[in-house]
Amino acid sequence: MISLIIDGKQVQVEEGKTVLEAAKSIGIDIPTLCHDPRLKPHGSCRICVVEIEGAKSGLTTSCTAPVSEGMNVSTESEKVVNARRDILDLMLANHPLDCMTCQQAGKCTLQDLCYKYDVKESSFKGDKKKFEIDDSNNFYYSDQEKCILCGKCVYVCSELQCTNAINFSERGFDTHIAAPFEEKLETSTCVSCGNCVSVCPVGALVPKSKEKFRYWETKPVRTTCSYCGVGCQMDLLVKYDKVVEVQPAMGPSNEGLLCVKGKFAFNFVNHPDRLKTPLLKKDGEFVEITWDEAYNVIAEKMNSTKENFGPDSIAGLTSARCTNEENYLMQKLMRAVIGTNNADHCARL
Amino acid sequence: MKSIAELEKIQRESLTKVNIRRIKQGKNTIGSEESFNTEDGVRSHVLVCAGTGCTSSKSLEILKKLEKEIEKYNLKDEIKIVKTGCFGFCEAGPIIVVYPEGTFYSHIKVEDVEKITEEHLLNGNIVKDLLFKGSIKEDEIVPINEVDFYKKQKRMALRNCGLINPEDVKEYIALDGYKALAKALSEMTPEEVIEEVKNSGLRGRGGGGFPTGLKWGFTANAVDDEKYVACNADEGDPGAFMDRSILEGDPHSLIEAMAIAGYAVGAELGYVYVRAEYPIAVERLQIAIDQAREIELLGKNIFGTDFNFDMEIRLGAGAFVCGEETALINSIEGKRGMPRPRPPFPANKGIFNKPTLLNNVETYANVPEIILKGAEWFANIGTERSKGTKVFALGGKINNTGLLEVPMGTTLRDVIYEVGGGIPKNKDFKAVQTGGPSGGCIPSDYLDTAIDYDNLIELGSMMGSGGMIVMDEDNCMVDIARFFLDFTVEESCGKCTPCREGTKRMLELLDKITSGEGEMEDIDKLESLANTIKSSSLCGLGQTAPNPVLSTLKYFRHEYEAHVKEKTCPAGNCQDLLTYFITDGCKGCTLCAKACPVNAISGKTKTQHIINTEICIKCGACMEKCPFDAIIKK
Amino acid sequence: MTNSIAEVKCADTIFVTGSNTTENHPVIGAQVKQAIKNGTKLIVADPREIELAKYADVFLQITPGTNIALFNGMMNVIVNENLQDEEFIKERTEDFEDFKKVVMEYTPERCGEICGVDPEDIRKAARIYAKANKASILYAMGITQHSTGTEHVMSVSNLAILCGNVGKEGTGVNPLRGQNNVQGACDMGALATVFPGYQKVNNPDVIEKFEKAWQAKLSSSPGLTASEMIQEAYDGNVKLMYIMGENPMVSDPDTNHTRKALENLDFLLVQDIFLTETAEFADLVLPAASFAEKEGTFTNTERRIQIVRKVVQPRGNSKPDWVIIMEIMNRLGYDKTYNNPCEIMEEIASVTPQYAGIDYGRIEEKGIQWPCPTKDHQGTKFLHEGKFARGKGLFKAIEYTPAAELADENYPLILTTGRILYQYHTRTMTNKTEGINKIAPESYIEISPALAEKLSIVDGEKIKVASRRGEIETKAKVTDIVTDNVVFMPFHWAEGAANVLTNGAALDKKSKTPELKVCAVKVEKIS
Repeated sequence: MISLIIDGKQVQVEEGKTVLEAAKSIGIDIPTLCHDPRLKPHGSCRICVVEIEGAKSGLTTSCTAPVSEGMNVSTESEKVVNARRDILDLMLANHPLDCMTCQQAGKCTLQDLCYKYDVKESSFKGDKKKFEIDDSNNFYYSDQEKCILCGKCVYVCSELQCTNAINFSERGFDTHIAAPFEEKLETSTCVSCGNCVSVCPVGALVPKSKEKFRYWETKPVRTTCSYCGVGCQMDLLVKYDKVVEVQPAMGPSNEGLLCVKGKFAFNFVNHPDRLKTPLLKKDGEFVEITWDEAYNVIAEKMNSTKENFGPDSIAGLTSARCTNEENYLMQKLMRAVIGTNNADHCARL
Repeated sequence: MKSIAELEKIQRESLTKVNIRRIKQGKNTIGSEESFNTEDGVRSHVLVCAGTGCTSSKSLEILKKLEKEIEKYNLKDEIKIVKTGCFGFCEAGPIIVVYPEGTFYSHIKVEDVEKITEEHLLNGNIVKDLLFKGSIKEDEIVPINEVDFYKKQKRMALRNCGLINPEDVKEYIALDGYKALAKALSEMTPEEVIEEVKNSGLRGRGGGGFPTGLKWGFTANAVDDEKYVACNADEGDPGAFMDRSILEGDPHSLIEAMAIAGYAVGAELGYVYVRAEYPIAVERLQIAIDQAREIELLGKNIFGTDFNFDMEIRLGAGAFVCGEETALINSIEGKRGMPRPRPPFPANKGIFNKPTLLNNVETYANVPEIILKGAEWFANIGTERSKGTKVFALGGKINNTGLLEVPMGTTLRDVIYEVGGGIPKNKDFKAVQTGGPSGGCIPSDYLDTAIDYDNLIELGSMMGSGGMIVMDEDNCMVDIARFFLDFTVEESCGKCTPCREGTKRMLELLDKITSGEGEMEDIDKLESLANTIKSSSLCGLGQTAPNPVLSTLKYFRHEYEAHVKEKTCPAGNCQDLLTYFITDGCKGCTLCAKACPVNAISGKTKTQHIINTEICIKCGACMEKCPFDAIIKK
Repeated sequence: MTNSIAEVKCADTIFVTGSNTTENHPVIGAQVKQAIKNGTKLIVADPREIELAKYADVFLQITPGTNIALFNGMMNVIVNENLQDEEFIKERTEDFEDFKKVVMEYTPERCGEICGVDPEDIRKAARIYAKANKASILYAMGITQHSTGTEHVMSVSNLAILCGNVGKEGTGVNPLRGQNNVQGACDMGALATVFPGYQKVNNPDVIEKFEKAWQAKLSSSPGLTASEMIQEAYDGNVKLMYIMGENPMVSDPDTNHTRKALENLDFLLVQDIFLTETAEFADLVLPAASFAEKEGTFTNTERRIQIVRKVVQPRGNSKPDWVIIMEIMNRLGYDKTYNNPCEIMEEIASVTPQYAGIDYGRIEEKGIQWPCPTKDHQGTKFLHEGKFARGKGLFKAIEYTPAAELADENYPLILTTGRILYQYHTRTMTNKTEGINKIAPESYIEISPALAEKLSIVDGEKIKVASRRGEIETKAKVTDIVTDNVVFMPFHWAEGAANVLTNGAALDKKSKTPELKVCAVKVEKIS
């Protein structure tokens, strides 16, 4: 274990931990933009700089600095705060100030940090980058004018999703994120997993939402994805009884990743075609009936079939899409109530 | 090569062939009886510089012509023509040197070749009017090594440049080449090699001046199944070309050094990362690698030991940032050249995450000398904390533009006035910028500073790779800062915020100031932003990018203030702040009016002309044309 | 899966066969690629040059239905070169000698011929797999959906135990389950022959246990599997079917046969969230709540029981499936009621040994991987540590048997089917998202450039595909992902449906899985 002092507080952490992790372990929140615990630290945004006593050159990024014995760290010294303000000032100088209409508002780390450090507007009035919004992808927009080049999208795509669809293009002030040869995302190797969208700290990568909503109007509910068997954990964001977005969660099997279906194909929940009432076929047409009527028909049909043809003339096809509890009840219905083992499901299809 | 005896045999055979070039230079390191033997019947060696500089001034055509002439006069057996690397004195190029006399011909054109052949090579008369001016001292012709430019130099890293044919490994071997490797492999343990390098006090010649031996030690101590040694030959500082010159003029010194390094740290593969813009260097290095492989100085069981070593060249696409070690490593791995955070340092996790030793060409070039002559010998040269010599690329407002190598501790004044020959047109010295685009500007008050790593840092500059640009009274220091920043803005990799966004804003502020739009608070803003960039950037490029601004602010703040408060450029350099006038010295020759591209000058023949400042675009064409110096700007 | 998903990253060799992981289990696919980035070796055996093939150290593009020959060939090399794990075989397995006799017949040359691959590649793959310290096999429907599916699975397990690649972290046999809760449905006894927890219906002790627990008289004769139900309906023996959340009209093989079967029923009750192709045939349709509108648990492919939470209210008058089933049970005179799924889980835990330690409180955060026999058990990260469930690992000598229907003069091509990244199963959920439908709007068939040229078909052209069971029109996708004698179709679409063509008659003898991965077809230009 390594002992160090952060903002006057003694802290002990394992060797190899970073200053950022050590600070977090005692509840000191150092702001970050490019950091993601799943990624190799890249040290791009520099917002997490701290002052380490006796350090040779300037400030140190806490996300990349390993702890060492006796370290004395200040996370909000005047020098640190001034550097953070300058960095935010620089980001803001090259970022549209359209927070009023930005989809990311309320979930934008740049917005939060400018608020925290009182950076109202940029003090630099120079060039701003100019890019067209790439709306070619079916599920998300890429607005390079809003990008602060933290690189998380690139690294999530290359280190976690391993698709390598995007990377940095050009350099210096002209740097931006692009698919190879500046092709549109639609024609790139992007598989629309949306994992880049999920980690973007600003409004550069945002889902093509069907609903207009503000993040502060939504409530996240943790659940399990209903598509394939990986069992990804996700948060459904709900506004007024409607699912408006899906965010990946750090589940044991998905580690914060999702695929295109889990991330973007949730529209079925709200879809107008959903069945809303029992339907009985009369003369080849479905007519709406009540639950009570439906149950009567079912009881009548089941009882008479069982009576006339025996329990094994009834079969129940239960579902790999339903919950354990529902599958349990379905087979129990067939076995304990009807009296047949004709309960099966499409495990093999 | 399976034994040292084999090497010695080649040396003996080759030495007689190159001795003719060494006598005048008094170089006699070998000390054996063969030292002064020369080849029977060979009267002269004619050395033609085939470095990048001279080549671009047609030295290869000169060489071809020379060969033809020699053929014509049937002198082939008596006169040998040698294609060499760079002599360093680029100002004087294309250069031809004739041995044994050491005759130094400068600024040679293809047409001059016949004359040299007929008069000098055939009849033995030196062609005086083609001689380098400085080689005539008190009516006597002195050999090249006694010319001022060379006299005060101590050439160690450049020891063979301009002396041997880089495409012939035997010439390298003749001058003690690969002896250091032989010594290391046969007489020293890897630990002893590292100890020797440590004791020599050698520090990295590429940037920060990190103690080389320590670095070797770290890499040697790192535990892994595979390690690499690598050479940074991505010389990105505009104007600096010492690494290129070594690769072009003495590539085997690098191969030998890297093999020694490989032995010391436990690596069997060396990568040389060299920019593709150095085609001659790449070609000669490849030839050298091939030759070394052929005589088994690269490969398996070198000198019959169990040490294996080979090398590969990786071409860089010319990004300045790829000179930064972690960006270079990314680039070698085939990734985008962007720096990685450190730690982990390359000594622990470098190329493909394996422990990697990375030095630049000049650093490596010193190693064989250290191993051969000993750490003590090396440590005797230089200052307390900076040992050995340093190569500088001298440019700007200086008479002797070129590459020079002096002991650490030589004063700036000696370099500029003694070796460099002072400032053209006797203008006043204003500042010298050292360390490439991210170095600082040092004013005249500090001309007597002894050059070493720490002194330069003290003055707000740095050694860097050894760029040295001299400025005179006509240089505006604000504009100079703007110029260097323009370069770093262009070359920022774009990864970290302070460098990518910050340098751009600094440049915009400098543009504003030099165009006369600046306000006093812009100077403060510039300074504070510069400090943030310096303290919070990811890599050395960003951390040092503000140096030109910070150092000029420190020493020449009044120039900044003049631009802002008085809207003038004291050096008369910033076009936006100048107005062109015609004085009464005007004779009315009308040349200026004809030269003006926008017809801003009017006046009758033989009467004083007038510039309409409303129309004038300040291009300076009139001033250049005026035969009477009657046009001024202020 | 014998292992956990995250363990993919600690395997030093991964053998992917019969699984297009990056498309069908994208998040596992990503983790496989992360492993490769860190130096893990990869072997891929698949009829198509799937994305993972690009990363493979060895890619074996086998003819559909020949996996057993490939595995036997690999095992032949392993035994011949003495690369097997002798100690593991001695300590933890039985019947090795019988197995060895059969395997010795399968030289790489013979198997290369059967599979259509270079024998050298079989050797290479065998060596990589056998020399690995921790090798993991990932497979999916490409292994199971054969008339010899069970034998395929046994053959995979032969390979694993031969090299001692079971029962350790990162190494094992890992079937990737296709649907969110197919693992759970099996665990819950939604199988014709077993009660919850794979307790056999023909075991009197089990019957007694469940009769007591459920307070009902139970049948001990095995029921009908899904495919058999359809057949029995077709034959008129099954009169009433209750189908919950399934769409056999699209997912089952031989659609024409399925349609006739459903039409032949006296009464069809379908319960779903949309009016599916199957629901169209129903006499009564019940509206169910979606996963976002109810509580419960899913068990994922790594046996992890995780919570599903109610996010929004059920749409209209729809109800969660568990409520509907409970109300039907009650209406039929079975009085047991549950206030919430949590109470159902309590009952599940009481009758299912593997789930005995599960309750909602415990799985709130991260879920638990069964077996979890007691309330203080932490769950099981990987199976078979120290010993197998049955005691000794059993080697089964398995001969290669060709697929039931092979290419011939009339139907010269082999059709294999599967899924794609952008659609899910029968599209009832995915086709409600615009972007998905833009990318994957309609049925298609992958054919090789050479075949396309031979038939004068261009990319995107509507063509006719026919098998002995039916014919469809679909779009040609010309791609070199498939070989010249193999075509591939995703089965998602009801229009131009692949399952009109597939062979529903050829079932695996044991599991009754239909041979969806191999049938013979012909492709024709529509002139």
